[in-house]
Amino acid sequence: MIIDLPSTTTSQVNKKLVELREQGGAVALGRVLTLVIVTDDGARTEEAIDAANDASREHPCRVIVLARGARKAAARLDAQVRVGGDAGASEVVVLRLYGPLADEGASCVVPLLLPDAPVVAWWPFESPEKPSQDPIGALAQRRITDAAAERNPIKALDQRRESYVDGDTDLAWTRLTSWRALLAAALDLPPYEKVTAATVSGEADSPSTDLLAAWLSARLKIPVTRTKASSGQGIVSAVLERRSGAVALIRPDGKVGTLDQPGQPDRRVALQRRPVRDCLAEELRRLDPDETYEETLRALPKVVRGRAAPKKPAKAAKPKAEPAPAAEASPEPAAKPKKAKPAKAKAKK
Amino acid sequence: MSAKTWRNPLRDERDKRLPRIAGPCGLVIFGVTGDLSRKKLMPAIYDLANRGLLPPGFALTGFARREWADQDFEQVVYEAVKQHARTPFRQEVWDSLAEGCRFVQGSFDDDEAFDKLVETIGDLDRVRGTGGNHAFYLSIPPGAFPAVCRQLARSGLSAQNPDQWRRVVIEKPFGSDLATAKDLNRVVNEVFPEDSVFRIDHYLGKETVQNILALRFANQLFEPIWNSNYVDHVQITMAEDIGLGGRAGYYDGIGAARDVIQNHLLQLLALTAMEEPVSFDPAALRAEKVKVLSATRPAGPLDETTARGQYTGGWQGGQKVPGLLEEGGFAPDSATETFAAVELEVNTRRWAGVPFYLRTGKRLGRRVTEIAVVFKRAPHLPFDSTATEELGENALVIRVQPDEGITLRFGSKVPGTAMQIRDVTMDFGYGHAFTESSPEAYERLLLDVLLGEPSLFPMNDEVELSWKILDPVLKHWAAKGRPEEYKAGTWGPASADSMMARSGRHWRRP
Repeated sequence: MIIDLPSTTTSQVNKKLVELREQGGAVALGRVLTLVIVTDDGARTEEAIDAANDASREHPCRVIVLARGARKAAARLDAQVRVGGDAGASEVVVLRLYGPLADEGASCVVPLLLPDAPVVAWWPFESPEKPSQDPIGALAQRRITDAAAERNPIKALDQRRESYVDGDTDLAWTRLTSWRALLAAALDLPPYEKVTAATVSGEADSPSTDLLAAWLSARLKIPVTRTKASSGQGIVSAVLERRSGAVALIRPDGKVGTLDQPGQPDRRVALQRRPVRDCLAEELRRLDPDETYEETLRALPKVVRGRAAPKKPAKAAKPKAEPAPAAEASPEPAAKPKKAKPAKAKAKK
Repeated sequence: MSAKTWRNPLRDERDKRLPRIAGPCGLVIFGVTGDLSRKKLMPAIYDLANRGLLPPGFALTGFARREWADQDFEQVVYEAVKQHARTPFRQEVWDSLAEGCRFVQGSFDDDEAFDKLVETIGDLDRVRGTGGNHAFYLSIPPGAFPAVCRQLARSGLSAQNPDQWRRVVIEKPFGSDLATAKDLNRVVNEVFPEDSVFRIDHYLGKETVQNILALRFANQLFEPIWNSNYVDHVQITMAEDIGLGGRAGYYDGIGAARDVIQNHLLQLLALTAMEEPVSFDPAALRAEKVKVLSATRPAGPLDETTARGQYTGGWQGGQKVPGLLEEGGFAPDSATETFAAVELEVNTRRWAGVPFYLRTGKRLGRRVTEIAVVFKRAPHLPFDSTATEELGENALVIRVQPDEGITLRFGSKVPGTAMQIRDVTMDFGYGHAFTESSPEAYERLLLDVLLGEPSLFPMNDEVELSWKILDPVLKHWAAKGRPEEYKAGTWGPASADSMMARSGRHWRRP
């Protein structure tokens, strides 16, 4: 159900919400948070609402959409309330702000926040320079931005680092989770060796690639090289060098990755790029400060920017380093050189 | 560096986003052609893969008598996944899963088939990199356990090795009384050490059941009243509206008490009644469950404190349904009960004098599982007696399924000039909007098996204690002939009501 309330006030919107709850039963009960989406009024607004509706199936919430319209118009608030099938498991309030009101969004949001429930602010497109000091951001416990949707994603990351406050997070970081999980799982297994070098490659303007490199450098305490991949989408590969050979996770097509480890056959892993609604659902799962993200941002300047395709020399160096670890690595020393070869062949392709 | 001293630099306990992915491993399902395997296990495996929680190179091997090739098996898994999986179908996920599907044809007494299984698993270790880690899921009748266990031991599949793990997963029933349960545990433990045995009680994998612990031990609100000072009694119900058509082979001679009370309901009782564990590690949790189960016994005299029944034909939910004796496969004079109710006492300081009523049945009013903690009435009511005529007892109801959630029932003033108080309910809908995304119980349990995380699985001492509680009741019933009859679609036989009425209580209508 979609109800339009043109040229209205927030108290009328509130009244409408209570009325709808009385008519439709316990529609508004059980909401666990308020999600405020801040965008400019336009076609993309609907995409963001759809993503929020999907995420609401996991986290029932009230969604408040602040769509900022023309600044030159007369001050006016147009509201739209959506419940039931049009709102997933949430209730959506779209507030269109015109004229001077467009810059005073917070005043319209405050009366509509759920009592005692956390507030999450999400800027699906351009975000303010310092999210925590933005009037809406200041209301929120959690502030979600998306560096990949900014005009200059890499610069945006630098800004995030400078303005970081507990509660900030970015979807470019969320998109990384499956990569991080696979790499961490790979290091759970023998041979238990130190990672000596690491290289991450991806599209030039992929902020997730930068973050992955920074995360590795923060955790492994080694310099990590970030290179530009000649093809592929988003993150294309991550290679961790160890004495017995490299752990390489490569995703050339944005869908299926190959995990290649010494002593193990090459394995395919589904590593599709995550849609926004998945990322948003993951973000809403946790509302406490993300220390790992902070550490990662702080490590961004340590990432070494390198030239494309450093994989070949790294792999070629491997057999030379071979004799030393043979004594220490117990399970199948003989198998290692053999396993290394197919990997090399693949890299050349 | 060894596995023990190795600290993975990429892991950090503050990094709560990183899921735990199982290490390289494979799963072998015996009895793979069964219903459970198609409707629950295969979809759960796909859902896990889709959520990125299975290791790359995961292998799924089916073992059954059917003459299938790997491709046929793959097709069966494919259809099961398409039909029953919870998460959307993704070709890439399926492709990488399908590469690890194998099928071994044979019967349980066939040495050759098991040798072939050894070969298949060795091959998987080579091509898929499963690293010698394998779980064996016995989705087969318990009568076949000894044969399979013997074969697993003979072929060396169960051999434990410090660098690899071999685990076995078994399903209920875990025996049919204390003696047979002990036999079964012995058979299994001869081949697999207890810490490699995972007994599946799928109820324990449900989010709502795990939420009992959160509700009790994460909140200040409930624990102070969670004792005999405030609680009058507890009712634990698991009702099903379906009959037993087609399940005679399993159910005839087993009955409701063995099928449900021994495992699901006593586990729910343990979680409801146990003391706070010192931590949530598996050993601490188990210690508390064992303690409370060992303090539990049936209240007497059993004639008055237990009830059992058998459904007869009639109309239910707009359909004519047959009685148990008319269902195919049951003996015409079958004394198997389809409804069982018992009163238990928990002899601890916390619970002394608080009866726990457990009931379960088939063809009851509707499908529901819930735990109702019913509180005592207020000791003094400063109202006219007419004002509180409609006031019942306060109750906290944990709805396990369906419509997962918690209901709190209390009195409230009816609007109007007179003071009149009536029961109202306050509802927390855990499943209100979470259901679509919250994982199936089998997903959680399978993942725990692969990770070697035992907290959600009952151990053999819990199983044996449960039988110790139930055995006297079963013995009593066995001497009493046929169970009482009840009409399909009702809430059980008359004796179920009279066992409550004897202490002035009554069953909640769930």
